[in-house]
Amino acid sequence: MGEGKKKLVKTIKIDVDKCSGCRACEVICSAFHATPKYSSNNARSRIRVIHEPLKDKYVPVYAGEYTAAECMGRDKYVIDGKEYGECDFCRASCPSRNSFKEPDSGLPLRCDMCEGEEEPLCVKWCLVDALTYEEREEEVEGIEEEGEEKKEEMEITLESMVDKYGLQKVVDAAARMAKKG
Amino acid sequence: MRYAETGFNLEIDLSRGNIERVETDPSLTKLHLGGLGTNAKILWDRVPPEVGPFSPDNLLIFGTGLLCCTPAPSANRTIVTTISPQTLLMAYSMMGGFFGPELKKAGYDKIVIRGKSPRLVYLWINNDQVEIRDASHLQGKGGNETAELLRQELREPEAQIAAIGLAGENRVYTASIEQGKSSASRQGVGAVMGDKGLKAIVVRGTKDVNIARPAEFMEMCNEVLSFMKHRLQNPLKLPDGMPIILGYLGIQEMALDDEEWHTTNFAWGNARHRRKDFWTKETEERWKETQEKVVTRLIGCYNCPIRCGGSVSYPGLRTYMMKCYSKLTYTMAAMSDLDFGFRIAQRATEYGVDGFSTPQIIAFALELYEAGILTDQDMPGMPCDSEGRFFWLLDMIVRREGIGDVLANGTHWAAQQIGKGAEAYAHNNIKKHEQLPLKLGMLNPIYFLMYCTGEKINITQIEGQFPQAPHTSREAREEFVKDWIQVPHERFKEYFVNWEPGTFPHNPPPEAVCDIVDWQEAMHYIDDATGLCAASSSFILKPPYHIHNLPRIISSATGMDIDEAGLWEITRRNRTLVRAINVRRGLRRKDEKPPEDHWKKRFPELEAKLLDEYYKFKGWNSQGIPTKEFLQGLGLNYVSEDLVKRGILTDSEGNQAVAGKEEQ
Repeated sequence: MGEGKKKLVKTIKIDVDKCSGCRACEVICSAFHATPKYSSNNARSRIRVIHEPLKDKYVPVYAGEYTAAECMGRDKYVIDGKEYGECDFCRASCPSRNSFKEPDSGLPLRCDMCEGEEEPLCVKWCLVDALTYEEREEEVEGIEEEGEEKKEEMEITLESMVDKYGLQKVVDAAARMAKKG
Repeated sequence: MRYAETGFNLEIDLSRGNIERVETDPSLTKLHLGGLGTNAKILWDRVPPEVGPFSPDNLLIFGTGLLCCTPAPSANRTIVTTISPQTLLMAYSMMGGFFGPELKKAGYDKIVIRGKSPRLVYLWINNDQVEIRDASHLQGKGGNETAELLRQELREPEAQIAAIGLAGENRVYTASIEQGKSSASRQGVGAVMGDKGLKAIVVRGTKDVNIARPAEFMEMCNEVLSFMKHRLQNPLKLPDGMPIILGYLGIQEMALDDEEWHTTNFAWGNARHRRKDFWTKETEERWKETQEKVVTRLIGCYNCPIRCGGSVSYPGLRTYMMKCYSKLTYTMAAMSDLDFGFRIAQRATEYGVDGFSTPQIIAFALELYEAGILTDQDMPGMPCDSEGRFFWLLDMIVRREGIGDVLANGTHWAAQQIGKGAEAYAHNNIKKHEQLPLKLGMLNPIYFLMYCTGEKINITQIEGQFPQAPHTSREAREEFVKDWIQVPHERFKEYFVNWEPGTFPHNPPPEAVCDIVDWQEAMHYIDDATGLCAASSSFILKPPYHIHNLPRIISSATGMDIDEAGLWEITRRNRTLVRAINVRRGLRRKDEKPPEDHWKKRFPELEAKLLDEYYKFKGWNSQGIPTKEFLQGLGLNYVSEDLVKRGILTDSEGNQAVAGKEEQ
C-alpha cells in the first residue's frame, strides 16, 4: 500500500460566544476585496455576522456555495435556550436573503480565505478571538482529486447569471460585447 | 470623487414633507473636517439665537464623523447637534453603535431635520429611496421595541434605527435618542426629536465609501489595530489614586466587577453622600453574581475591537444593551444595589432617558420630599421604599404626569418652578445640566478649567490624555513618560515629571494647566469631527490615536493634505465656532463655574486667575468671548462680523466685551 494523498484543509474556528458583534470582520473583508481596493462597504462582505442583538444572537458565517433555489424546509435549532433558524448558520448565497451577494448586481460572493495573505484578514482583525484560523492536513482516500473540477469565480458568476436570465440571453450579451470590442 | 465622506447631506423638512439630497461644499471639509465641525457650521449659519429648542426653525442634525465607516478602527460616531431645551445652548450629544456607518453607506454624511410634522412619523432611508412614513402605530413604544417593530415591518434585519421612546415623545428634557447598543443621551436631543414629531430614523445602505490613498491608509489602520491589540493585552500601570479602569483601552465597565472606586469615590443619593466603607467582600461577591447572571455577552460598536457594552438579559425583561457607568447611576442615586440598577435601566432604556441626569432628578425630588418642599399632595400614591419610588417617579417624569411634568424639565428648571428653596437642591449642575455625582476635597486646577469652560458640559467628554494624579516618586513618573509618544510636545512630559503628589491647587502651575486642558479638549474635538470614539482615543491615556498619527490617517483617507499644525488649526476653528454659537446665545464668564460644592476647598483668587489665563490662551477675552483678531485668524470673519453687529464684540477694539467683567 502506498501513502495516501494529502490535502491541506483550511478552517476558521468560530466561537459564537466570543463574538462581540462589532463586524470588524465584515469591514476588513469587504475593504480587502473591494475595487478600488479598501473602499468600505460591508454589504459586500464574504463574512456576515448574522445577528439579532435583542435576542443576544451573533453568528459569524462565511459565504459558501451559490445556490439557485432556496431550501424546501427550514429547521430550527435551540442552543442554550436561544432559537436559531437554519439560515443563521447557512453559508449559501441563495435567493432567500441579501447576504453574500454583490449589492449592485446581485451576483454571488464566496469566501476565498484571503488567498495570498498570511491568514484570512477577518481573523487578523478579530481581536476578541471569536475567529481562529487553523490549517490541517487530511488524507484523501478513494476519489481522485484531479478529476474534481474547481470552479473559478467567473464560472460561479456566469452560472448564477444563467440561472437568472437564461443561457441564451447570457450568450447573446457576451456576443454583443465581443462585437463592440 | 469625494473620499471618506459621501459629499451629500439629506435635508428633511418635516413641516412640508420635503426631502432633498444636497451636495455639500468640499471646502467646508477642509475647514471643519466633518461631524461636529460641519454640524456647528450649519447650526451657526441657520439657527440664529432667537430660535428656541422647540421652534420649527430649530435644526436636529445627525452628522457622521469624517472617518466614519472607513476601515479605521472605532470610527463609528454620529454627532447629534441641536439647541438643547435644558441648557438653551448648543446640544453636544453623540452616539456610537452602527447608525453612522449605515448612513454613510446609504450615501449621506448628515441628516438635517427642520420643521415639525403634524403627526408622528418615521423616516425610512434605503439608499436613494427616502420616505417619511406614518408612525402612529409606534406611539408610546420603547426605543428598542420600536427598532424591532420597524425591522420586522420593513423586513430589513440589517437596517439601523435611531428612535425615541415615550420620554422623547413627551419632550422630557433628559430624553435620549436610542440606537440599540448606543444612544445620544445628553442635553435632551430626544426631546427635540419628539417635538418634531419624529419617532425614528431607519437607515439601510449598501454603497461604497471610498479612500483616497488606500495602501497608505490601510497601513495606518493596521498600525492602530496592532497597538490596540497590545494595549488590550497590557493594561497601563497607573499612579495611586487613579481607578484601574482607566488603565484599559475603552471603558470596560461591563467587563469589570470591581466597583470599589465608583462606589467609594462617587457620591450617592442626590450627589450627596460618600460611602467610604461601602465596598466589602460580601458586596463584591453579591454584585459579581448579579452581573454574571444578567450580562450575557460583552459587545462592541461598529468596527471596534473594544467591548465597552454589555448585552443585558434580566429574567422576565426584554434584553437591552448597556454601557459605561450607567450600571451604577440608578443604583447609587437610589442608595440601592446593582440588581436594582440593571432592572430600572431596562425600563429607562425603553423610555429613552439619559442615565446620568434622570436618576439625579429622581434623587433630587426625593430630597425635596424629605425636606418637606414637596409633600404627599405632590406625590399621591408614591410607594414607601426607595426602589419603588424610583420606578414610580421615572414613570411620572416620562409621562409628564403630576409632579413628573415639572421634574421632566431637569433639576434646574424644576427647582425654579417649585421654589420654596428648592434651588439649593439642584446643586450638581453646570450650565443647567446635571453632572457626574462627584464631591471632592481639594480644588483640582485642571478639572476646574475643564468643568468651567467645557461646552459639552460633560466632563468625561473633555478629559483623558493627562493622568488624573501623579505617581508618588519622580522615578516612576520618569518611567511613565518614556513611551509617552502621544504628547504633542516634550513639555507635557516635563509638566508630569515635575508634578509632585499632594501639591494641588498651585501645581501644576497655571500656564501648564492651560496647556494640559487645551490638549485634552483638542483631542476630543478631533474625535468628534472624525467620528473616532473617545474610548479608543481622546478619553484614554496613551491611546492608539494621537496628534502624530491622525494627520496622516485623515490625509490618506480624504486626499487632503493636513499636517499637525493644520489639524490644530481646524480643531481650534471648530472649538471656537461652538463657543461663538453659545456666546451668541448669551453664554458668559458668569456661567462658567463648577457646582459650588464640587470641592470643599476653593480658592477664588486662583480660580479667577486660571480663568483669565485660560481665556487668553484660547484667544478669548475676559468674558470668554473669542476676540475679533482670533476669529479672523481662523478665517471666521463672518462670526466676528455677526458678533460685532449684535453688540457682543465692539467694532473698535474687538477684544472688549460690551458686558463688563464686574457682571460676574
